[in-house]
Amino acid sequence: MLSNPFGFRSSFREMERMRRDMNRALNRLDRGPRFGSVAGYPAMNVWTNDDGAIVTAELPGVDPETLEISVHNDTLTLGGERLPSELGEGEAYHRRERSYGQFRRAFQLPFQIAADKVEASYDRGVLQIAVPRAEADKPRTIQVRAS
Amino acid sequence: MAAKEIEVQEAEKQELVEADAERTRNRSAFVPRVDIYETDEAINVMADMPGVSADSVDITLEQGVLTINGYVDEDQPEGYDKVYSEYRVGDYTRRFTVSHQIAQDEIDATVKDGVLYLHLPKVQPTSRRISVSVA
Repeated sequence: MLSNPFGFRSSFREMERMRRDMNRALNRLDRGPRFGSVAGYPAMNVWTNDDGAIVTAELPGVDPETLEISVHNDTLTLGGERLPSELGEGEAYHRRERSYGQFRRAFQLPFQIAADKVEASYDRGVLQIAVPRAEADKPRTIQVRAS
Repeated sequence: MAAKEIEVQEAEKQELVEADAERTRNRSAFVPRVDIYETDEAINVMADMPGVSADSVDITLEQGVLTINGYVDEDQPEGYDKVYSEYRVGDYTRRFTVSHQIAQDEIDATVKDGVLYLHLPKVQPTSRRISVSVA
């Protein structure tokens, strides 16, 4: 596992490789590196800048108290459950398209995560997790001494 | 027995194919997944529209056609670049023909956590006892 001290723009490919490895480890079907293909439920987007990342996922109709978000080193794990609606007597479905069940996804980021500064918010069915980079992992400029 | 796990393909959003009239807003539109179930007294619709709030939903019922429109704000966080994307953000739209007569004034719509809950009460056949008066 390489750490990339040169910033994020060149690490997209590495993130792709890490995502595939992690998903393989979790025993999921790996669908290859097409941009835009979904690797698991829920679909996630990742935004980055020099100080960290923001991970967003569309998770409508979930009680945020039941979500399990954990971080370890450079890996963010999201798990939870979408509950099915219960039908009473004499009620019949016309359509049933919404998914329900348990889900768990792990995402490996190209930096060590500052675990105590991770913040997650849930608004209108969209989960947003702010994942700051660990201080020790931030790139440091090195002065060159002229002799 | 293991609990049911959500399949990968259930995470994908279905994009709307513009058949005849295009949308005026220049954004992608998606078809929201819905659950529709019927009870004796109503038809209930639950539509997954993450990013939508109560004041950004348009619902019309006209001549037996129910149209649902949900509008979503841009989700770009300030000062960040998108490096990995599995889903796109866009508006939602879907139309249904409703076979039953619906009591329009009693339609109830709520939005919670990006899910639209639509309660369409059916018009109940009224039975009135007609009293006969002696002429």
